[in-house]
Amino acid sequence: MHYLTPSSFDEAVTIAARAQGITRYLAGGTDILVQLRADIVTPDTLIDIKHIDGVHDITRENDGGWRIGIAVSGAEMSEHAALCADWPGVVEAMDLVGSTQVQGRATLTGNLCNASPAADSVPAMVAAGVTVSITGANGTRRIAVEDLLTGPGKTSLQKAEMVTAVHIPPRGPAGGDAYQRFIPRTEMDIAVVGCAVNLTLDGDTIKTARVALGAVAPTVLLVQDAADAIIGSTLDDAALDALADAASAACNPIDDKRGTIKFRTHVAGVLAKRVARIAYDRAQAAKGA
Amino acid sequence: MSKIHVTTSVNGDAMEFLCDPRETLLDVLRDRLNLTGAKEGCGTGDCGACSVTLDGRLVCSCLVLGAEAEGKEIGTIEGLADGEALHPLQQKFIEYAALQCGICTPGILVATKALLEKNPDPTETEVRYWLAGNLCRCTGYDKIIRAVMDTAADMRADAKETS
Amino acid sequence: MPKDDVKTENFRFVGTRPNRPDGLDKVTGRAKFGADASAPGMLHGAIVRSPHAHARIISIDTSKAEALKGVKAVVTRADFATDVTGENWNVLENVMASDTALYDGHAVAAIAANSALVARDAIKLVEITYEVLPHVTDVDAAMADGAPVIRAGTADKSVPAGLHPNVVRYHDSGHGDVEAGFAEADLVIKDHFRTEATHQGYIEPHACLGMLGGDGKGELWCTTQGHWNVQKICSALLGLETSQLRVTASEIGGGFGGKTTVFIEPVALALSRKANRPVKLVMTRSEVFRASGPTSSTSMDVKIGMKKDGTITAAEGVFRLQGGAFPGAPMEMTAMCAFAPYALKNVHQVGYDVMANRPKQAAYRAPGSPMAAFAVESVIDELCGQLGLDPIDVRLKNASKEGTKASYGPRFGRIGLVETLEAAKAHPHYSAPLKPGQGRGISCGFWFNFGGETSVSLALSMDGSVQLMVGTPDIGGSRASLALMAAEELGIPYENIRTTIADTASLGYNEVSHGSRVTYASGLATIEAARDTIKKLCARAAAKWGIDADAVSWEDGCAVPSGPNAGDFDPLPIAKIAASMGRTGGPIVGHYEATPEGAGVSFATHIVDAEVDPETGKTGIVRYTVVQDAGKAVHPAYVEGQFQGGAAQGIGWALNEEYIYGADGRLQNDVFLDYRIPVASDLPMIDTVIVEVPNPGHPYGVRGVGETSICPPLAAVANAVSAAAGVRLHELPMSPPRILEALEKQRDG
Repeated sequence: MHYLTPSSFDEAVTIAARAQGITRYLAGGTDILVQLRADIVTPDTLIDIKHIDGVHDITRENDGGWRIGIAVSGAEMSEHAALCADWPGVVEAMDLVGSTQVQGRATLTGNLCNASPAADSVPAMVAAGVTVSITGANGTRRIAVEDLLTGPGKTSLQKAEMVTAVHIPPRGPAGGDAYQRFIPRTEMDIAVVGCAVNLTLDGDTIKTARVALGAVAPTVLLVQDAADAIIGSTLDDAALDALADAASAACNPIDDKRGTIKFRTHVAGVLAKRVARIAYDRAQAAKGA
Repeated sequence: MSKIHVTTSVNGDAMEFLCDPRETLLDVLRDRLNLTGAKEGCGTGDCGACSVTLDGRLVCSCLVLGAEAEGKEIGTIEGLADGEALHPLQQKFIEYAALQCGICTPGILVATKALLEKNPDPTETEVRYWLAGNLCRCTGYDKIIRAVMDTAADMRADAKETS
Repeated sequence: MPKDDVKTENFRFVGTRPNRPDGLDKVTGRAKFGADASAPGMLHGAIVRSPHAHARIISIDTSKAEALKGVKAVVTRADFATDVTGENWNVLENVMASDTALYDGHAVAAIAANSALVARDAIKLVEITYEVLPHVTDVDAAMADGAPVIRAGTADKSVPAGLHPNVVRYHDSGHGDVEAGFAEADLVIKDHFRTEATHQGYIEPHACLGMLGGDGKGELWCTTQGHWNVQKICSALLGLETSQLRVTASEIGGGFGGKTTVFIEPVALALSRKANRPVKLVMTRSEVFRASGPTSSTSMDVKIGMKKDGTITAAEGVFRLQGGAFPGAPMEMTAMCAFAPYALKNVHQVGYDVMANRPKQAAYRAPGSPMAAFAVESVIDELCGQLGLDPIDVRLKNASKEGTKASYGPRFGRIGLVETLEAAKAHPHYSAPLKPGQGRGISCGFWFNFGGETSVSLALSMDGSVQLMVGTPDIGGSRASLALMAAEELGIPYENIRTTIADTASLGYNEVSHGSRVTYASGLATIEAARDTIKKLCARAAAKWGIDADAVSWEDGCAVPSGPNAGDFDPLPIAKIAASMGRTGGPIVGHYEATPEGAGVSFATHIVDAEVDPETGKTGIVRYTVVQDAGKAVHPAYVEGQFQGGAAQGIGWALNEEYIYGADGRLQNDVFLDYRIPVASDLPMIDTVIVEVPNPGHPYGVRGVGETSICPPLAAVANAVSAAAGVRLHELPMSPPRILEALEKQRDG
């Protein structure tokens, strides 16, 4: 395994373009080292991206949105008061990835690009409308998170392409987001179901909404029907029931050692209701602020 | 595959070593630097027995490559005591019988020291969730949590006195 | 030992809570565990393991592996002794397969190389041709007609005719007439229960460092609960004379019964002999789950009859346990423990030991007993519920007492079950109000505890301080308890005694640290060795004073004349006698060797409050109280620790821990991510009440405590979940999908 520490994105991309065999980018390492140790993936070339300028920064962009560097850890995100205030759902989702120790290293970008169907940060990013910047041999582009993920463990990144930044949109007024997952213990489990809701209010009525589900399909689901169920409502019981039904209906999970199809489908509905309520309350609080 | 030369600092002491690119920081600490306090319980970041700090940040050393230690400051269990003077956590763990077999103890001490430096007044729930990544199979966590809470109280009282 | 000889009061040291002597080493990272040793020229070992649940091994080609730079030795089954029989054969077959891979993870070859990475790379280059065979992993399926045969001809004489060859041992015991008893009952409940295999979950993987020369002399450092046992087995498997192999026990990072045998130690020695260099061999976590010794999985049927007034009229249980591809599932323990807490006129228990394509089971804290308690205590709970009776009152009504004929045969001596039930009933937990969605459950539990071969030596240093040499690895804080007992006898400060776990070359034989025997047996031997030392000290004083040896007594660390008639001499402290011992007859060493028979059984009662989320089936443990009879708590903090640790393991077993096998017979959850033990945020504080009903078989009344604590939690949690959710589960673990399924069935049904 060749371990390299480029100091620019250009250098990294050049290395990746020339590399033979399996190439991986190393950010937090909390997936790569596990895969290395378990002989699931032994990269021929490992490109450590932590020495590139700007990758450790959390920056407020001109439009009020956020630029998260690709080496920013979950712990650093949790410690950023303004980011937490704007997007508590995205932060709490990332905060659920692994233990305190894992939080000290794991990154949003890594959690995204590892492309596990159960990744915690992904539904929250999708609900928030997060986009990523990508650079490669053919220049740069910017796409939505949901368009980056193509299957379990698979992204639409081409050879020698890499993510260079994560962009969270501006929160805007009267908005709130939230993420919850179902796990059998209180911590340290992979999500059996993950659900994120991001919404904005007009008075007490939900004006816009995005509902995303994780761990219930090969990739994250952005469920338009679930959003439609609550848009235009004040999140009354009827809307919540419709939301739960839509969430369950969208599920396409597998039976595996972490959960059954039946269980996941049911719990998706339960979580959708709980998460929507939290997002709604946060949006109400934001109105007052 | 040739070895990587790494210059680093461990518990304040400058160190250097050669390692294979695939070696983890845990491998390096134990097998090359003879610091066997950090333990391998799982190799996958699930048990926390390998906990160290990296530039002050609590991490699993089994999830860091030895090569990534270049230019960093690493803190291990061997650096908790100040010469003969144990850290208050270490002292309290002995007094409260907060360990039985002791294999998880180095990781838990490193983790709780990091907690109290960040939050000197944690609630019981906060302590438990902070330590969720430090598995203990012997104690059921009860005496560990009590030791941490009481040490935190002692340290807060000491801080008041000296300020 | 008659009851009068048991000291029950006026303790100076026993019952206090001093700092443990190895505390400093353990909080600084200095303590050396199995993987913390190294030797000059050391090689690293790695093991090639079968990826099939059941397969004939057609050929093993190690040529590519041997060609890898840095590989120094390769071993297969051919490198082990061929004249091995009986249980040693079973162990050897498990350590390294002969012609058949019997489970996913079964060792088939091993490599030693000059780095751990090279060894890991080399094992991938070993080419093995397998002929995959049909497999079976479920206990009932393994007994059924047509099930794949694990190994024909393994059944012993006890097995009735007509059973599948996978049934290898059989147990049948009881007394009275259960049919008549059931006829007398007002209510009879019969239920079927299942528990899946669990793992002890020790955080330290198996690890060893072995050096074996061509001259038949060897040194082995390993993490183990019993190094004499390791010495015995490794010698047999490597064809060595036992005394030529010295085994040193490292500090042990958890065992709970799983480190009472060998898995990788013979392999390290075989590699070392071949390479003529020390070999370090450490299991990965995945190997620990796949190829060490989990518990049995069980299928149980329990039937209990009860009168309206709560009297149990009859009890019957059938217990089927699979123990992997070898005999040894502790089904007789399950059978004998099941009804032990109850004084029954009519009781009958049957056990089956079944083989399946799984790793060879090993002990896990009261092996067999927790599963029995799960079944029996659940049925009793159901009976109480339907008859409207208080669960503790019913157990008190039927409780075994001194003189009760136990379900498994003998009459109980002095026991403390009633005391634990009464203490539980009086505990504020039992009457605390519950919030909506919460439920309370209780359960009793029982374990025999063991004695076992024990040797202890106690030597004086010339300054009067004491070296206590014991042979039982310290798995729970026993250095402290043993030093306390020595201090109590000698009347000298606890701090003046250093307890060392001697290696096999430095002390007589010692049985494994298991069966909750250390505080009892090593403790008894420590006390006797101290008394032996005291006799010798008194004899020196008598000689100095010119009086008879039996005119000298020992008080507060000094020899004193027994009475005014003996003479008027100042007390002679231990330090003075020790300083001159060379001139007065030679070094003073006390010792004691025996197989004590008086281990006292112990009972416990647990109370747990649980809450269940009815929308997801997720369970939280809200409050937990352990009440257990310790006989005499030598170091109360470590007794509390055993109570809490056993409870925590039981909670994990009840709610989330299980071995998950795929249709291909392969273990699917071989990492801590998916083998879910309780984490700190899963548990509340665990309150403890130490009951002390002295065991007549120990000078201070000590009973083993380490194991009984895991016996009640499975049922206590099941009963609490039942009360909280309104549904009864008969299968463990009670994972959220199962609870949700049961709730749904109840709603629809």
